[in-house]
Amino acid sequence: MMSSSLTSVAYLGATILFILSLGGLSNPETSRRGNLYGMIGMTIAVLATVFGPRVTMDGLPWIIGAMVVGGSIGLFAARKVQMTQMPELVALMHSLVGLAACLVGFANYIDPIAALNLSSAEKAIHEIEIYVGILIGAVTFAGSLIAFGKLSGKIGGKPLLLPGRHFLNLIGLLVVIAFGYQFLHAETIDAGMFALTVMTVIALLFGIHMVMAIGGADMPVVVSMLNSYSGWAAAATGFMLNNDLLIVTGALVGSSGAILSYIMCRAMNRNFISVIAGGFGTGGGSPAKAGGEAQPAGEVVAISAAETAELLRDAKNVIIVPGYGMAVAQAQHAVNEITQVLREKGVNVRFGIHPVAGRMPGHMNVLLAEAKVPYDIVMEMDEINADFPDTDVSIVIGANDIVNPAAQEDPTSPIAGMPVLEVWKAKTSIVMKRSMASGYAGIENPLFYKENNRMLFGDAKKMLDEVLVALKA
Amino acid sequence: MRIGIPAETNAGEKRVATVPEVVEKLIKLGFAVAVESGAGDAANCNDDAYRAAGAEIIDGAAKLWAESDIVFKVAVPTRAEVELMREGGVLIGFIWPAQNPELMQQLAAKKATVLAIDALPRQLSRAQKMDALTSQAGVAGYRAVIEAANAFGRFFNGQITAAGKVPPAKVFIAGAGVAGLAAIGTAAGLGAIVRANDTRAEVADQVKSLGGEFVKVEYEEEGSGGGGYAKVMSEGFQQAQREMYAKQAREVDIIITTALIPGKPAPRLITAGMVQSMKPGSVIVDMAAERGGNCELTVPGEAVVKHGVTIVGYTDLNSRLAKQSSTLYGTNLFRLAEELCKTKDGVINVNMEDDAIRGLTVIKDGEITWPAPPLQMPAPVAKPAAKPAAPAGHGAAAAPASAGKIALLFIAAALLFLLIGAYAPAAFLGHFTVFVLACFVGYMVVWNVTPALHTPLMSVTNAISSIIAIGALVQIAPPTLLGLDRPDGWILGLAVAGIALTAVNMFGGFAVTKRMLSMFRK
Repeated sequence: MMSSSLTSVAYLGATILFILSLGGLSNPETSRRGNLYGMIGMTIAVLATVFGPRVTMDGLPWIIGAMVVGGSIGLFAARKVQMTQMPELVALMHSLVGLAACLVGFANYIDPIAALNLSSAEKAIHEIEIYVGILIGAVTFAGSLIAFGKLSGKIGGKPLLLPGRHFLNLIGLLVVIAFGYQFLHAETIDAGMFALTVMTVIALLFGIHMVMAIGGADMPVVVSMLNSYSGWAAAATGFMLNNDLLIVTGALVGSSGAILSYIMCRAMNRNFISVIAGGFGTGGGSPAKAGGEAQPAGEVVAISAAETAELLRDAKNVIIVPGYGMAVAQAQHAVNEITQVLREKGVNVRFGIHPVAGRMPGHMNVLLAEAKVPYDIVMEMDEINADFPDTDVSIVIGANDIVNPAAQEDPTSPIAGMPVLEVWKAKTSIVMKRSMASGYAGIENPLFYKENNRMLFGDAKKMLDEVLVALKA
Repeated sequence: MRIGIPAETNAGEKRVATVPEVVEKLIKLGFAVAVESGAGDAANCNDDAYRAAGAEIIDGAAKLWAESDIVFKVAVPTRAEVELMREGGVLIGFIWPAQNPELMQQLAAKKATVLAIDALPRQLSRAQKMDALTSQAGVAGYRAVIEAANAFGRFFNGQITAAGKVPPAKVFIAGAGVAGLAAIGTAAGLGAIVRANDTRAEVADQVKSLGGEFVKVEYEEEGSGGGGYAKVMSEGFQQAQREMYAKQAREVDIIITTALIPGKPAPRLITAGMVQSMKPGSVIVDMAAERGGNCELTVPGEAVVKHGVTIVGYTDLNSRLAKQSSTLYGTNLFRLAEELCKTKDGVINVNMEDDAIRGLTVIKDGEITWPAPPLQMPAPVAKPAAKPAAPAGHGAAAAPASAGKIALLFIAAALLFLLIGAYAPAAFLGHFTVFVLACFVGYMVVWNVTPALHTPLMSVTNAISSIIAIGALVQIAPPTLLGLDRPDGWILGLAVAGIALTAVNMFGGFAVTKRMLSMFRK
């Protein structure tokens, strides 16, 4: 058995390890160590709690049982998941944190020990903490589940925009506040429980509504935003339990998630506040309306895989721009093989990654890393955008909105002002796509009609394999 | 007003200042047109054709000059011609005021108004339709290739025939101005392998677009001198250029030189030694022969054979394609007439406010107005300045916020803290301090994460957020306190479920992060 002070010191150690863990992940060189720090910190925190003064040995079998069940599910999922399904897995895991926060909140409310020896002011604060903790937990849970559904294709990617949705959200908020007042003044646990349950239902609905209103293309922001929410849920639980470790860790996760979403928003030229508040400030003009804009003039020129290989063979500088289509087609290995063949021939092949390519921040980097593409030829948008004019061939694999010149050229476009990769500045650009369908933002892409652009229609994997065969021939 | 077209008097000049097709258009503008009898004979335009187009045919230069308000000419007028000119008349044609100061004085004495087509501000895009230098240079470039083909003993294009294989001719073109580009296109069209060089690096794309290969001089210097001409280059550059020319001379069959620098003798590019190093039967066409020639051995106006190489120094390439040159020149002058007569009533207005007209006008009512003040316009776009880096990328937003904003933020934070300090109990404040500090630490730590690691970072923070398990752990079996009515069953159930859920996250999150990170490699 550890003393109370010993537990506190152990918690301090765990906190430091968590900070080091996040810090370590800012650089590929130190990232593995960072992950290790995180694991050690977590182990210390759990052990210190289990053997600390607040848990008696009676609970041990339960703890071990729950840990084994949950842990094996987690490990199994981690091993089985395809790298392309990473966003879904992360979203699903966020929902678990949210749900756990709710459960802990409810348990804490019905536990009389928690409210023992509290002054009336302290009791009020404690109850507010419970209320807020469950609120955030429920929103995180429901929102993450919907995000999971959208990412895995179980729910359509199109944003669901209810009429007067901001109004609905406002009413929800008012009801939540009203019941919060009732909850604080509840005489008995049962009376409080009613208010708590109503609030939870509203929070769940709000979570569903919030993510449903967001289009599939904005998922990277949503995923990192939910990440942030799960952190705040943990922090709220920490306040509720008077546990500094939970507060610190929750705050770390919350603020890091918020910053990640902020970075994403900037990459997409969106307002950070309207994203965090949910609903993505698409208030008046919905993207669907913008479809009425003039059809880009020009002709779409198709190209065959063999011709693509021919172009690549003669090129000196090639930039590959992958998008979600590469992930869907599982084409990252074929991309890597082509890269290797070209590099052996002395072609300078690089990758241009848009900050919001894919369905999760850094999604493309992970896929390319999985295919063993060396990370020093994988460039960020800002690093590589200036190099397109000196590039012979730029290949766009299953990306659309992130290479749409309308963002720069057409001020009325819904994505106007969003930074894009300027692939059209290369001598020739080749777009691999299954069809002429528009991207998630639902707008035409004038790139396809540009004079120096060629379209390679078909499944990205199949087409890249054909290009590879032609290249090796 | 009446436009007069005299016959050109210079020896060998076969062009004429307008052709019957253009005469019709001039008449539609409201002008009357008079043509000296026989003026167009050398350019395949006889008097009947002019007459059919509506022009009056006048015998004798003296009568034509005397009866015309405006005279269109091609070559620089001779002293005798100016003598014939009517007092206060208008003359349009090549003048080259810089080279012909006496002529200018003589014209001024006649109280004439003179528009020198060679003084056109070529950088004005709307002036291009009047640019006779360009139209004539294009014709000359074409003809230079024809002359070369004529003097060259082989095919231009490679052929594989029953009688054997013929290699394609290799053509090197020095100077990729208008004439050079026309030559590149013509030679490439005939099937030759074409290489070209110019001191102005920006024309490389134009060379390629016409099917030529741009040969670079391995020396860093920008050679654009404004107005589409080249400037004189440094000694180091010229050395490198000579070496390049020497190399090309040994390799190619045909050299066409077009290098001219305004107001200076033509640069000597091809030395006698280089000519000697060429294969017998090779051809050099020196388009700069009139200004001394780009080749040391050029004899202006003649084709000579030296060291087995035919050196063509014709100065009348345009006259050798008289009909084409005249048609284009006539059209240039017609476009100018349009600008001068916007009212279409056959009366010209030399509007000195108009940049193009101002540039062209070298003498106005007997007063010399040459040279025109330089145009107020951006330098002939050497190269669009490198675009500023991607707008509002990472850098922009990371810039420090304005002082006002920061002050506002601090005031808001201070008020919030005051409120919390006034009402919250001490225990809460301790936690609150920790919370706010942790937020800052998170911000500092995460801000600089490389975007490549966003996904692993997210999955690790996700794993770490399963710290919420602690909350469930402490509820599962706390030290019992007597006398409390605790719904143990419920709490235990909720807590166990909470632990199991977070355990999925905890183990799964770290494991998947590990898996991802092991894939990143250099």
